[in-house]
Amino acid sequence: MQTTTSHPIVIEAQGISKTFFDPNPFLVLDHISFQVEKGAFVSLVGKSGCGKSTLLYVLSTLDTEYEGKLRLGGELVTGFDQDRLARFRNEHLGFVFQFHFLLPEFSALENVMLPALKLGKYSAEEIEVRAMEKLRLVGMEDFALKNAMKLSGGQQQRVAIARALINDPMVIMGDEPTGNLDKKNSLIVLDILKELAAVNQQTIITVTHDQEFAERTDRILQMEDGKLL
Amino acid sequence: MKASGTRLALRIALTHLLAKKKQTFVAMMGVTFGISMFIVMISFMQGINDFFMDLTLDGSPHIRIYNPAKIDRPPLLALRYDSTSNWLVVRHQRPKNEAIRLKKGVQMLDNIRKMPEVQQASPQLATQAFFHNGPIEFAGNVVGIDVKAENQMYKLYEKMESGSIDKLLTNREGIMIGERLAAKLNVVVGDRVSVTMPTGATFLLKVVGIFSFGISTIDDTRSYVQLQTAQKMLARPSDYFTDMHIRLKNYRTASALAPGLEHLYGYRAETWEVANASIEAGEMIRNVLTFVVSLTMLVVAGFGIYNIMNMTIVNKMRDIAILKATGFESREITNIFLLQSLIIGISGGLMGLAAGALISYGIDQIPFPARDIIKLDTFPINYRWYYYAAGLLFGAITTVLAGYFPSRKAAKVDPVAIIRG
Ligand SMILES: Nc1ncnc2c1ncn2[C@@H]1O[C@H](COP(=O)(O)OP(=O)(O)OP(=O)(O)O)[C@@H](O)[C@H]1O
Ligand SMILES: [Mg+2]
Repeated sequence: MQTTTSHPIVIEAQGISKTFFDPNPFLVLDHISFQVEKGAFVSLVGKSGCGKSTLLYVLSTLDTEYEGKLRLGGELVTGFDQDRLARFRNEHLGFVFQFHFLLPEFSALENVMLPALKLGKYSAEEIEVRAMEKLRLVGMEDFALKNAMKLSGGQQQRVAIARALINDPMVIMGDEPTGNLDKKNSLIVLDILKELAAVNQQTIITVTHDQEFAERTDRILQMEDGKLL
Repeated sequence: MKASGTRLALRIALTHLLAKKKQTFVAMMGVTFGISMFIVMISFMQGINDFFMDLTLDGSPHIRIYNPAKIDRPPLLALRYDSTSNWLVVRHQRPKNEAIRLKKGVQMLDNIRKMPEVQQASPQLATQAFFHNGPIEFAGNVVGIDVKAENQMYKLYEKMESGSIDKLLTNREGIMIGERLAAKLNVVVGDRVSVTMPTGATFLLKVVGIFSFGISTIDDTRSYVQLQTAQKMLARPSDYFTDMHIRLKNYRTASALAPGLEHLYGYRAETWEVANASIEAGEMIRNVLTFVVSLTMLVVAGFGIYNIMNMTIVNKMRDIAILKATGFESREITNIFLLQSLIIGISGGLMGLAAGALISYGIDQIPFPARDIIKLDTFPINYRWYYYAAGLLFGAITTVLAGYFPSRKAAKVDPVAIIRG
């Protein structure tokens, strides 16, 4: 894969704009264009309300109501139907939401396993082994069988990170993935993500308010009032 | 790949159901109630239908051939005057004085007995008569029968309360009397009874048997004698009879055969359906009742499921958003919730079948209150596997319908709207 010295482009946004009409029309995303190379670890920073999460939802293909073009892994995903996008997300994207989102009826382990079971690439036994590995990576292996609802906020967030990693996605997106973590754990997650980018050549884009965190990533994208600076 | 997708949907569905056991149980009980009601209704109503049908077919011919008195013949005047251009008024026209016998009946009987569809045919000579108990007269009728044929057709031997058929076979003076008539006449087997014919002649006959059909109108009035005895009592020749009763191998073919017989012999051929139109009306009413009550129950159960599924989906918005964000397609989301509804339907339905069977069995044990009017020990219940299959099918259909719309709604949830918080 990595035959050329220049890395292929994994995320390519071309003039992405989005308008909210509530209550008055205003441009949340204003012609945003940028590219991210394979294996890069990028952080997205900016004041609260500047549109970081909104941009991330567009990049993650969850939000399809925008203008402009989005290419992921060289594929033009703009215009894909919902089911095709779902399959694409399942296989190629990992996502950690701003507010920790786990399925409350399932154990931590099951939460991590579900996207892999859906993908169906490995047997259930293999998936369980792999899910345990991911949980170990974020230091949650001891809580594997605990019900997701009974975990603390930071623990839930770490399980969500493990879940984002389970299918070895091409792109990992995080909306303040360390927002609920203490300094120590936050740095652990940072190291994990850095390693995934460097060793596995997975592309990572995270929104963060933590200046220190941002400075340790490969590249910082600065947003202001819906524009990329 | 697809099978694993369904398995995963099933796993999630089961987890959801088990996480809210109480709600699941309540929804299931709704279905259980509806289905058990359906089973009880249909088993009981069909039991009644079949009971009446058996009773009817037991005591009446599949086809009865007789000579209807022709009242609607054209007035003789019409032959002389052109009735299209003249007004003809004939008041109170009487029938001709002709015997209402079946002419060439003996040959007809032979021919009909040879028909492949026919199991047995039996000639009858029926007449009104008065039975005497001292000074009191009771109206009834005397039926002259071919004892052997009649016995085969109506299993008279099963209906004997006392005495025996064989005695009637050998005794030209013998008479068999319905149970209630015998009670009114205060006679038992071996006694003599005096009978007056419409012609005025009175005969003294020996009671050789007492029978009971379990139908009060028959047991109250009917008596049997040998055909020859009846012919003698009415002073008629030995080939004279008025009715012919036909029993078919399959009673359902009656209405197909009857028009042919009418055409061939020129007499009225009345099928059991026509003779017992009220039975069919009763059957229809019971069927409608079963249908309406069961449908209402199922609709109520369906709305219960619809409500609960709607509530579930509102509560599970976050879960749906996560599943979609992590790559579940709309079809799989629909399946997750449709499966929950189906599981409620199938398990509630199965419990309904069990409860229905139990309640039916219970009803089957209750003594029938009017046992002396109708020969029926307990309430009639039919046990048929296809009632249960239909019950389960209806349950499944209802729950799928009730679950479909909420599940579709689930599939349409916009994950961004929820994840944005
Ligand atoms: N559904 C919506 N309808 C209308 N306006 C919205 C909607 N969602 C978000 N906004 C607005 O769009 C702007 C950008 O929101 P967004 O969530 O992207 O901000 P953010 O940069 O992620 O902020 P934060 O750092 O606080 O998470 C905000 O002004 C917000 O009020
Ligand atoms: Mg945000």
